Amino acid sequence: MRRRTRRWAVADDRRVPRTLHPVAWWIWAVGLATAASRTTNPLLLALVLAVLGVVVANRRSEAPWARAFKYYLAMALVVVGIRVVFRTIFGGDINAEDMHVLFTLPHVPLPSWAAGVQLGGPVTAEGTLAALYSGLQLGCLLCCLGAANVLANPKRALRVLPGALYELGVAVVVALSVAPQLVESFQRVRRARKLRGAQGRGLRVLRGIAVPVLEGALERALWLAAAMDSRGYGRTGGVSRRVRVFVGLCMVGGMCGLCAGAYGLLDATAPLPLGVPTLIAGGLCCAVGLALGGRQVHRTHYRPDPWRASEWVVAGSGVFAAAVLFAGLGAHGHGLNPSTHPLTWPSLPVGPALGILTAAVAAVVAPPPRRPARGGTRPAPPPAQETTCQAGSERAAPPTSRPAGKIVGVGSQASGVPR
Amino acid sequence: MIAFEQVSVTYDGGESPVLRAVTARVEEGELALVVGRTGAGKSTFLGAVNGLVPHFTGGTLVGRVTVFGRDTRTHKPRELADVVGVVGQDPQAGFVTDVVEEELAYGMEQLGLAPSVMRTRVEEALDLLGIADLRDRPLVSLSGGEQQRVAIGSVLTTHPRVLVLDEPTSALDPTAAEDVLAAVTRLVHDLGVTVLMAEHRLERVVQFADRVIEVRSDGSVLEGPPESMLAVTDVAPPVVQLGRLAGWDPLALSVRDARRRGGSLRAMLSGQAPPPSRSLPAPGGPGHGDTVLTARRIVVRYGDVTAVRGVDLALCAGQIVALMGRNGSGKSSLLWALQGSGPRRSGTVDVRGEDPKSLSSSRARSLVGLVPQTPADLLYLDTVAEECAQADRESSGDSPSRPGSLPAHPSTTRDILDRLVPGVPDDSHPRDLSEGQRLALVLAIQLSAGPDVVLLDEPTRGLDYSGKQSLANILAELASQGRAVVVSTHDVEFAAIAADRVVVMATGDIVADGPTADVVGRSPSIAPQVAKILAPLEYLTIDQVARSLGAAFLEPSETGLPDPPRDAPRDASREAPSGSAGPAAP
Repeated sequence: MRRRTRRWAVADDRRVPRTLHPVAWWIWAVGLATAASRTTNPLLLALVLAVLGVVVANRRSEAPWARAFKYYLAMALVVVGIRVVFRTIFGGDINAEDMHVLFTLPHVPLPSWAAGVQLGGPVTAEGTLAALYSGLQLGCLLCCLGAANVLANPKRALRVLPGALYELGVAVVVALSVAPQLVESFQRVRRARKLRGAQGRGLRVLRGIAVPVLEGALERALWLAAAMDSRGYGRTGGVSRRVRVFVGLCMVGGMCGLCAGAYGLLDATAPLPLGVPTLIAGGLCCAVGLALGGRQVHRTHYRPDPWRASEWVVAGSGVFAAAVLFAGLGAHGHGLNPSTHPLTWPSLPVGPALGILTAAVAAVVAPPPRRPARGGTRPAPPPAQETTCQAGSERAAPPTSRPAGKIVGVGSQASGVPR
Repeated sequence: MIAFEQVSVTYDGGESPVLRAVTARVEEGELALVVGRTGAGKSTFLGAVNGLVPHFTGGTLVGRVTVFGRDTRTHKPRELADVVGVVGQDPQAGFVTDVVEEELAYGMEQLGLAPSVMRTRVEEALDLLGIADLRDRPLVSLSGGEQQRVAIGSVLTTHPRVLVLDEPTSALDPTAAEDVLAAVTRLVHDLGVTVLMAEHRLERVVQFADRVIEVRSDGSVLEGPPESMLAVTDVAPPVVQLGRLAGWDPLALSVRDARRRGGSLRAMLSGQAPPPSRSLPAPGGPGHGDTVLTARRIVVRYGDVTAVRGVDLALCAGQIVALMGRNGSGKSSLLWALQGSGPRRSGTVDVRGEDPKSLSSSRARSLVGLVPQTPADLLYLDTVAEECAQADRESSGDSPSRPGSLPAHPSTTRDILDRLVPGVPDDSHPRDLSEGQRLALVLAIQLSAGPDVVLLDEPTRGLDYSGKQSLANILAELASQGRAVVVSTHDVEFAAIAADRVVVMATGDIVADGPTADVVGRSPSIAPQVAKILAPLEYLTIDQVARSLGAAFLEPSETGLPDPPRDAPRDASREAPSGSAGPAAP
């Protein structure tokens, strides 16, 4: 692995580092997610995870959000765990005659209105395995979204939102930057409470912390609103009321159409007209709404991300993986959804496996991310505790950020003076 | 060009107007300095320039404000964004994005400028403000001075003709403040930007001003050229006070001018030794001179950042120590470690035989009291009376019978508060108090536990000159009761009037420790103005000079400010504590 990384690194040297268009990453990730949603084969799902891992390891930047992939993995594990535990407790197989019973939990009879829900009962290998597979599938979807978040700067991703949705994007960006501030002021106030003796329990303590934190947050929100207003936010939003209502209707209708269409398309058991036609209608509706809503908003983007060949290849590889699994190419019988009843060992269907592996192309094709220049001398951002203890606007100054000397000079001058 | 015509502003629910019939003009290319006491309405005045008052804040504005012909009555703040750039008190609160470069471009994106134009303007702003190396740093990782320059740059990119700055240097250490002010003056001189700036620490900016606008406490506004205005303003930097004292006309506004004019003054003062900068309490006072707190080899680390590296410190009863140093030099970390609530990797703290870290937090605060940088963090009840009662309950649990300690405070928090700052109404909400009153309330709460050592972290932010003077008086009273007082501050003028001893920290080490006159007086960067003007004489404060000259007009004001007599009606109720705190005045 390390050797291969090094070879890539050599190839990367010849390319201009830049950030890939966030939409390309999202198409890629959604493509993989779609592929994962078509199969419960643990081998294929593991392959998806492996592809995600390789690409993330090679193409993530050094930004704070780019280190979050491990949390998504942890979350996926939790999902699998919950799925299995719930299945064990609530999904006891009543007619487990021909199954492999692992152990039997005491069965709790439920009243008749709760028919269909089982509490306890025999736990079978078949049921547990099915839960494991579907949990793995869910976790895999989660990791796909996580990879998109890690690879594409979430804020840059929001910037490609059409003008009509700009406000939504700003709200998300502000929320993202306010959340860490809330954590910081929470820690600061909790420490300050200790200065006052910090006695009492329960509600009183909660009040002592919540009141200053929320008051501070509200104050900051007002300052931010004032700053945004005076910097021209919402300057040309002069859309008439009738148009606004129409745009709103278009968007809501379109979104419903998109959701229903996506459901129809992804769920193999849904009726056919729910699929493609609804999706297209919903998409059109949304497009009209966005075009109308964005028409009167005059705003530009600083350093817009270009869409070049790499973007096409990355997005295409994701779509290809989805298409292969969708068509079930090269998979026969239970290749995509291995049977758990009777218990069989899952086999690795070659076609889908190759389809998924294609998506790993992104690890090479995507341009290397921009590393912060002058890596060695760059001071790392101070850890969170540092800022909390230098509360307020007295921030920890990185040692290299200001010419050292003046006050130090004072010291050398005065330190000889006896007290 | 900015014109105020008969402008009055009344906030909803306010009894009297904040601004009253204000008529003022700022011509193109001027640097106008807005001065006034805390709470006098400086921010309201600045907010009215781009229409935040009243469009955003609410309230009623009577009269007319025009900015380059645009009437704020018909133009909302967002429609003035291409003419007026506003930077608020806390730059971080106004950041919309998370990276320096994007923050600089944000305003232009709102105006819909072409990407190529944006690109060049961002580069220009980076160079103009000297922040090119910060280009892709996250905003949260910047120091205070860097944040402030980025905030200024982010409004400059839209090429506004007016720049409005509300206390741009109030949170900065002297060096960072110099950087910001240098950037601002460059904008004024090279680009001809009109700048309207409010500032408490006038000593830094008054020499650059073309016009001074004083917002008086009654809401009226006076304006004029700095030399004539500063002869009469409520607030004045030390260089101006010295000029008033010496009777210079016109006043000198910069250290350079004052130094050139001050030859005769220096000659007059050279014959005698300067009186002490702070009148020390009688040596026979309670426990005076004993070492109260001994700290050895204190180390504070956060992850792999070492904030305090092996500091030794001894604090004596009755002594006031000013802790100085850059932002991030470890001052706050040291104070928190001494109190025992903050992290401490190694080292020992000994207060009368006990280590506050090993005690319960209520016992620790009866040994060492700390007023944090944002005092409001300690307040959570709805009225001042409730806070005081709660503090009494919290403090009553402490064991008062520590051997060898000061007698526990017999009085209640309310009594202490009244001694510090008389006349804080019982039913007012702590958030509605002025900065100085809120600080005094938190100090009273901490004093109710009867600590031997009192630590204050950056208490002077947002205090005007008289507020700082009364704080100095309060600290002097605490010291005279035999407590050891440590106050961390960026404000050299405050350190000069308040402290007996100055400790300078840099990158977690103590680099200088000694009597105020020795440490501060001889430094090129942190000397108070009086010391710079009167060097080589060892004077630090106006008060010393006045006493040396035997000036009689020190008498009328116990605050120590030699205000020339004037019949300005002053509304002191909303102001910072007007000093009558104690025996500090000679």
